[in-house]
This record gives sequence, C-alpha cells and structure tokens, in this order.
Amino acid sequence: MIYSYYPGCTLKDRAKQLDICARKSAEALGITLQELPNWQCCGAVYPQVTDEIASRLSAVRALQSAEGGKLVTMCSACHHVLKRTAYDWNADENFRTKAANYLAEDGGYDGATEVVHFLEVLRDEVGFDELKKKVVNPLTGRKIGAFYGCMVLRPGKVLAFDDPENPTIIEDFIKAIGATPVKYPYRNECCGAYVALEDKGSAEHQVDRALNSAMDAGCDELITACPLCMYNLVENATAHKLPVKYFTELLAEALGVKEG
Amino acid sequence: MENNAKFLTETALRISGVNPRKCMKCGKCSGTCPNYDAMEYHPHQFVAMVEKGQIEKLMQSKSIYLCLSCMACVERCPRGVEPGKLVEAVRLMQIRQQDKNHKGARDIPEFADESVPQQLLMAAMRKYRK
Amino acid sequence: MQKIGVFVCWCGSNIAATVDVEAVAEAVKNEPGVVFSANYQYMCSAAGQKLIQDAIHEHHLTGIVVCSCSPRMHEATFRKTAESAGLNPYMVEIANIREQCSWIHKDKEEATAKAIVLAKAAISKLRNDTPLQAGTSAVTKRCLVIGGGIAGIQTALDVADAGYEVDIVEQRPTIGGRMAQLDKTFPTLDCAACILTPKMVEASQNEKINIISYAKVEKVSGFVGSFKATIRKKARFVDETKCTGCSLCTTKCPSRKGKNEFNMNLDNRGAIYIPFAQAIPNVAVIDPEQCIKLKTGKCGLCEKVCSAGAINYKQEDELIEREYGAIVVATGFKPIDPSPLNEFGYADNADVVTSLEFERLMNAAGPTKGTLLRPSDGKHPKTIVFIQCVGSRCEENTKRGKPYCSKICCMYTAKHAMLVREKYPDTDVHVFYIDVRTPGKNFDEFYRRAAEQYGVDYIKGMVGKVAKEGDKLMVQGSDLINNEQVHIAADMVVLATAIEPDPTARSIGTMLTASMDTNDFFTEAHPKLRPVESPTAGIFLSGVAQGPKDIPETVAQAGAAASKVIGLLAKDHLVTNPCVAQSNELMCNGCSQCEKVCPYGAITYVEKEVRGPGVREVRRVAQVNPAVCQGCGACTVTCPSGAMDLKGFSNKQILAEVDAICRW
Repeated sequence: MIYSYYPGCTLKDRAKQLDICARKSAEALGITLQELPNWQCCGAVYPQVTDEIASRLSAVRALQSAEGGKLVTMCSACHHVLKRTAYDWNADENFRTKAANYLAEDGGYDGATEVVHFLEVLRDEVGFDELKKKVVNPLTGRKIGAFYGCMVLRPGKVLAFDDPENPTIIEDFIKAIGATPVKYPYRNECCGAYVALEDKGSAEHQVDRALNSAMDAGCDELITACPLCMYNLVENATAHKLPVKYFTELLAEALGVKEG
Repeated sequence: MENNAKFLTETALRISGVNPRKCMKCGKCSGTCPNYDAMEYHPHQFVAMVEKGQIEKLMQSKSIYLCLSCMACVERCPRGVEPGKLVEAVRLMQIRQQDKNHKGARDIPEFADESVPQQLLMAAMRKYRK
Repeated sequence: MQKIGVFVCWCGSNIAATVDVEAVAEAVKNEPGVVFSANYQYMCSAAGQKLIQDAIHEHHLTGIVVCSCSPRMHEATFRKTAESAGLNPYMVEIANIREQCSWIHKDKEEATAKAIVLAKAAISKLRNDTPLQAGTSAVTKRCLVIGGGIAGIQTALDVADAGYEVDIVEQRPTIGGRMAQLDKTFPTLDCAACILTPKMVEASQNEKINIISYAKVEKVSGFVGSFKATIRKKARFVDETKCTGCSLCTTKCPSRKGKNEFNMNLDNRGAIYIPFAQAIPNVAVIDPEQCIKLKTGKCGLCEKVCSAGAINYKQEDELIEREYGAIVVATGFKPIDPSPLNEFGYADNADVVTSLEFERLMNAAGPTKGTLLRPSDGKHPKTIVFIQCVGSRCEENTKRGKPYCSKICCMYTAKHAMLVREKYPDTDVHVFYIDVRTPGKNFDEFYRRAAEQYGVDYIKGMVGKVAKEGDKLMVQGSDLINNEQVHIAADMVVLATAIEPDPTARSIGTMLTASMDTNDFFTEAHPKLRPVESPTAGIFLSGVAQGPKDIPETVAQAGAAASKVIGLLAKDHLVTNPCVAQSNELMCNGCSQCEKVCPYGAITYVEKEVRGPGVREVRRVAQVNPAVCQGCGACTVTCPSGAMDLKGFSNKQILAEVDAICRW
C-alpha cells in the first residue's frame, strides 16, 4: 500500500515523534508513506466563512499534489483543514471557481484526492484485526484513554471520521495494540486550542476538566493525534497530570519498532 | 436598523452562511460551550444579536477571541444554525478593518515559550490578524 | 351533439383574485358544444348549485364543466347536483383552476390564460364522455384492528358495541400497548393500569372481539368492504386454551438472560414469561431465543411443572385467513433511541434514562417495585435533572432527531417531576425546557402546579453535556433567563425522548397502500375534515400511528375511527366506482401484461370465441372483474395493443384533453 503523506509543519519540529513513529510503524505494516514534495502549511485553521479563499489555497495545493489518490495526514489540524477544503472543492462552486482561478498557472485540480487520517488507514485499510496480528509487544494491562479533541470529529457531516458524539476509533486502536481502552465523557471536548496563547486560564480550565474526567474513569495515560491537544494537556494542566503520548508512539512500541 | 448596522448584518450573514431565523432559542449552544464563562457574549447571544443588528457590540467584545472554535455548538445545534460560524464571521469582520489586528507577530515572544507548537502559533495568527 | 354548460367559480378571492373569472366564462362561450356559461362567487354553495340545476333544466344540458377547486374537494358535490337535476353524474367534469392555477400563479393575465386552457381541456373531454352506471359490491361485516394498545382497544370496543365483529391483531404477547407501561397519567394522576386493565378485560370478554396476540398481519388484498388478510400467529409454545396463567412456569424457568421488554429492558425475565400480571391473554409465552429446551433439547422444566399440560415445544406458527370490510391502523409508537445524541450520555451511563424507562422505575410493578432507585447502584437519587425535547424539533439536515414536536413530553415531564417531589420531598428536581407546551384541558394548571406547589425548578435552556464524575452526573446547560451556564451534579438524568411510529408501521402502510408522511406517520384523507380516514378507502387511523397524541386524544380519535368503521359496516352494499377498466377482446392479443401489473388481481384470462368483422376464432383474452377493479389505470398504459381502456378516462378522452391544451 502506497499513500501520499502530508506531515505538516509541527511534525517536523515540536511533534517529531508523531511523525517518526508513524513512518516506522507504517513500514512495519507494509505501508509506504510518500511525503508530498514541496508541501506548504495547511493553513493551520479552517476559516469557517465562505469568502476566505486565499487561506485555503495551500490546502488545495496539497490536494493537487496528491494527484487524486489518497492523501494521509497525521496531525488533527492538518487533517481537519485538508479534509474540509477537499469537501468544499466539491460542494461549494463559489470556492472552487475562485480557487481554480488562483491555481490556474500550476495546473488544475480535479477534486479527486481523498484525505484520510492515518487512524482511518489503520481501521479501514489495514484493519484493526490485522493490526492486532502484527503486534509483537502488546501493551497488555495499560489503561489508556483517547483524547479525540475537536478537529478530527467535527463537523461530523464533513469529517465523517467517526460518530462525533460517541467515537470509538481510537478505543478500537488501543484494543488492537493490546491495551485496555478507557472511555471518559470529555474525550471529545476541546483542549483549549489556540486561545491558550492569550488566555491561559481558558486552556487550563478545559484541560483540568478533561484530565479530571479521564482520571475519574480510570485512565493511567492518554493518547492523542493532535500536537495542539498534546501541548495543552501537558503544559496547561494545573490540577492533575497524566502522561500523554501520540498514538503513533504507542503503535511503534507495540509493533516493536520504537527506538530506545 | 441604521445603515451601517444593516450593512454589517448583511455581511455577517453572507460570509457565515448562517440563517439566525432558524434558531428556536433553545440555548443548547450556550449549554454546550466549553468556554462560556470566559465570554462576555455567549453563543446564543451571537445569534440573537446578529439577527437584531447589534454587531458592533460583538465586534468590540473580547468574546470573539475567546471562542475556542471547537465546533461543539455547530455540531450539536438541533436547528442547524451553527453559531460558531457567526463568531468566526464577526471576528473576521473586526480584524479585516484597518489597524484592527488583535495580535501580531511581534506579540508572540510575550506569550510563547519554546514548548508552543508551530500549529498553535499559526492558528493564533490566523485568528488574530489579517 | 352535446349541450354543455360551463360554470366558473370565484371561490371567493381564492380564484377570482388571480384569475379573471368573467374572462374565462366569456372565452369558452363559443367552444363547440357549449350552450351556456356563467360565473359565480361560490359554486359549491346552495345558491351556486341551484344556478347549475336551473341551467341544466333551462338549456337541456347533457353535461357540465365546473371550473373550480380540485376534484378531490367537490367533484362528488357537483355530481350529486347534476344527478338531482336529472343528469348522469359522470357527465360532470371539473377543471381545477384553484390548486393547479390560481394558488400557484401570481400573474393574473397568465393565470387567466391557463384557466381558459384548462376549461377548454375539460370541455373537450366532456364531448367524449358517456353516461356511466355505478355497480355495487357487498360489505363483509367484520373489522380488523392492527395494534392492541389503548387506541386499538377503544376502537374495537366501540365497533363491537355497535354489533360488529372485530379482530385485534397485536404483535406482542399481550394487548395493552404503551399505556400498560405507564405509571400515572396526566393531568389527573390516576394510575394507568387502573383505568386501562378494565378496558383490556372488557375487550377480552366481549363476544364480538377476538384478540389475536403475538401475531402479525402478513398480507392484505382486496378493497373497501371486502379485504382479505393473512395473519401469522407466532408459536407461543404454550397452548392458549389450556394455560391458566398460574405463572408457576415463569418462576421455575432457569433461563434468566432474556431482557424484560415490558420493563424497557431494565431487568431480566425467564425464557417462559407472562409480560405483566394483568396481561391479556393471561397466557405464558416461550421466547425461542432464550429457551434452553428449544435451543439444546435439554431442560423441559416448564413442561414438568405445568399441571395444565399447556406446554407444547412443537407448536408451530399458525396462518389465519379472514375477510374484513374495514381495517383500522392502530400501530402506535416507540421512544427513539437517544444513544446517537451522546452529549446526553445515554449510551454510557445507566443512570441516564428515557422517560419510558423512568415510568417503569416509578411503577409498583416495575423492576424496583415502585421505589425510585438508580439503575447503576440501587441508591435513591437526590437530584434529578429532566431534559425536554431530546430528539424532537430538530431540523432534518442536522440528523439530530425528528422535525416534529412529540407533543406529550412537556406534560409527562411535569408529571414525573411532580410525582418525584410528592413521593420524595427531599429530592431536588430540575427541568430544562425550550418551551413548555400545555394546550389541553387542565394541562397548564397541571404544569403550574408542578412549578408552584411542588417546587420543581424549571430552567429555560438546554443541556449541552452530561458527564459522569464519580457517582454523579455533571449536567452542563444554559439558563437563558439568568444568562448563565449552570452545572448541576445530578444522581439521575431523565431524557424526554421524542416518539416515533412503531417500526412495523412502514411495512403495514405499504401492505395496505395507505399513504404515510416522511416520518412514517399515516396520512389522513384530509388534515382537518377527515382526520381518522386514510386516503385509501376502507383504511382508518387510530392513535399515534397518525401523529403524536396523548391518551385522551387517542381515545377520542379511536372512537371517531370506530364511528367511521360502523358507518361503513352498516351498509350492505357499497356503490362501486364505474370508472373501471374494460378489455376490447377484438384487440387483445392475450399477452398477460395487464394481469401482471394489476395490483388488485382484477384481471383474469379466458379462452373464448371472439367475433368481429372478418374474425371468428377461439382466443385467450383478458377479462376485468369490475367489482375488484379500482380504476388505477395501470393496465391501460401497459397494454401493448391498446385493448385496455378505462371508463371515464378512455384514451380518446385523455387525448382530447391533451389536444385542447396543445392548441393553446
């Protein structure tokens, strides 16, 4: 299985482990992730208004560069922006027309690229049952909570990633790598997002509530797919602390390909 | 409605794609908002105030920078009003004005330490300035 | 040559505001055959009808065209008008210049031109009309009621009271329906069982009523007055004639894994069980999915303890075929599953319950014997939050529930809140509401009593998240009056879940060719004037199958449906529609296409001698049974040789209309 791969800026720096472990795990699973040449920032946030065209162009360029195949993302934010932009291209004529004008010189984009999260690849292409068979180092006995956050789930109609109110994909992933998933009610709520930059209190409030919820349900550690969630969960927790890892780190561990 | 308020209302409705008339005033958006207490105006008020043409108050409120863009109100609204999109529209209307950037690159060192991920900085800059 | 009169109705301003009615009357005056034309304010009024009758007499008219509303509205009226003036009633044509013209157009000039064309088309058709004679068909004096809840029971009792036989077909092992599961009823707080069970007994003891429980209607054919139904009575593995309902078997059964449906799955029952103590019939039933004997061949304990010898592991489904004159749909409802709206936490928390589950938790015959205890740990809840409108009033595109108001939730929530405060005064009760809707006799007084006398805390707002924390449920919601977000640590959360039609409704609707709306509620023949009849003749609607209703409304509608059934069954014969298909044997090539498409089984093929100019041979030809044909026209458009024609809507007549329109 060969996929185009869009790592995104944070995975080249602050979230290196998310990227490195993903690549190693992919290799172990017989998946080739081909990094898109010359990719640009996805835009970081999806502009929720119809007249923001330019801020979605770099996302379209990534879609264009993937040439109609499946484009794998790892970071929740990149996934969110790319998937919603791909949706807009096909659903919103106004956006498509204007964006196409900007991109005319670079050749066209036919709307065929499908944006998939690496978790979706594991669920839908590899299959969690198959993944389980390839685990050499099952994380038996570890009680792990999934922190979904917002961006992979909402809006459910566009992201179509999992049930936005009752997601199970990361829990199923946790099961596949041999650990025990622990569900808790705040797993699909906000981490505090970018507001943390200016209003630390808001982020602390969100994170404390989420961690309290996770610990109350019996989680010993959390995993996430989002560098922003990671930052907030680690840096802005005041009341409780829980170890937080990227999902790919545990995947690599279970597949026996993690260094050190 | 005076002319400016009318223009602002029309702009907010047009760029957000939100139809506040669909709102049945149930308050679910404000019931689900995780950052409610930090905000001066709450999600349901964004809908009601835009409908009433009171956009300038919203534009000048800190609330537009406190919405987490978590889309919980967008997902859970039973009438498909999607208040979060209105918050975004009002915020953009504010910062698109001349000299109305809320924060800029030079403000970053004040807030950011080395643990801050690039994604956060990018997101904040996209939210706070033109 | 016919002498045609044209009558243009204003329908007050409904037509006249958009169509120049005088111009229409004037424009058709010189059409071939037309000898009289007039316009009038309300043609359907007594004066308007007299105008028509006078013209028929004065001008010796042979047919009339009325340019007015839809024929669904007043075709029957004007046919009677014509008949009483001595005309054949089928020499009446309606040009629909209201629904198909004035109501949908704005430009008066264009609408007038269209009205003239529609009038001309009707005139052209009328020139080809011939008098038709209606036949008759016999009425089978028995009624089928599908569903044995309060709606079905009430309809059955009322029909039986008039002396007609009624069969109630109920899918569950007992009649009683949803009402049997309720604890108290609003606004009087009398116990549901106390007022329902006597009616159940009355139905079972009524000689005219035959209860067929644990059964489903599998097939229906025929038409009004003469339906044929096939009913599958599922094997109970218990002989109904022998079982005394002693319930000894149910206590001895070693299988305890079956979910107790009557208690909304809040506890378990044996594989052999009687749904509840007052069940009717009071006969045990074996759940084959749970029965150890039926699954493994071992056990047989119930057979050993049954002194009546009623257990029969070899019992098979039974098929019953019966004829009915009328069919009543009383299929009822179920609460929606609130799991997908998991911000309310139903899927993850035992102490988040639906209102119907709450009824069982409050009911003396329920899993907690009427003591309100939390399902998770059996403790008394000290703080309860009720959330209204869960899955109701949602815009359809959001996929978050039903677009309609479920109508009963405001009142039952007030009831629940009041009952809790009455029984457990130390319990705090909060109700989140969007609107409190209480239009009904003594309803608003009831709700106000809950708030004022019982101190129920009504919060105008909606809950956005329910999260378990320790042994509490943290309820986060908005209080719009105080403009604040509230957080309540609750012990229990009750969701006033929307109601939806029973899942069997759609297939029953299809079987009966009875129309339904997009929510699977049965459609009435007229939303105001014929609320208990389906547009399909002979099918009547009772209870929530037609739309959300409370008990008093359901009982009233059930009685109304019964009166319509009685009106039908009181007739020995029905006048049949003479607009039926007929086959021209000379043109028929015996291909059988028409027989295949006929939904009523009205067409048969016979070998017979066909005689015509230059033809005299024995051939296989189609024959239509006019008593069975409903005039749908499927055969006429299917027939490849043009041999099938529909009386009153012959190919010639329809082409004449089309020609008239094309000449525009």
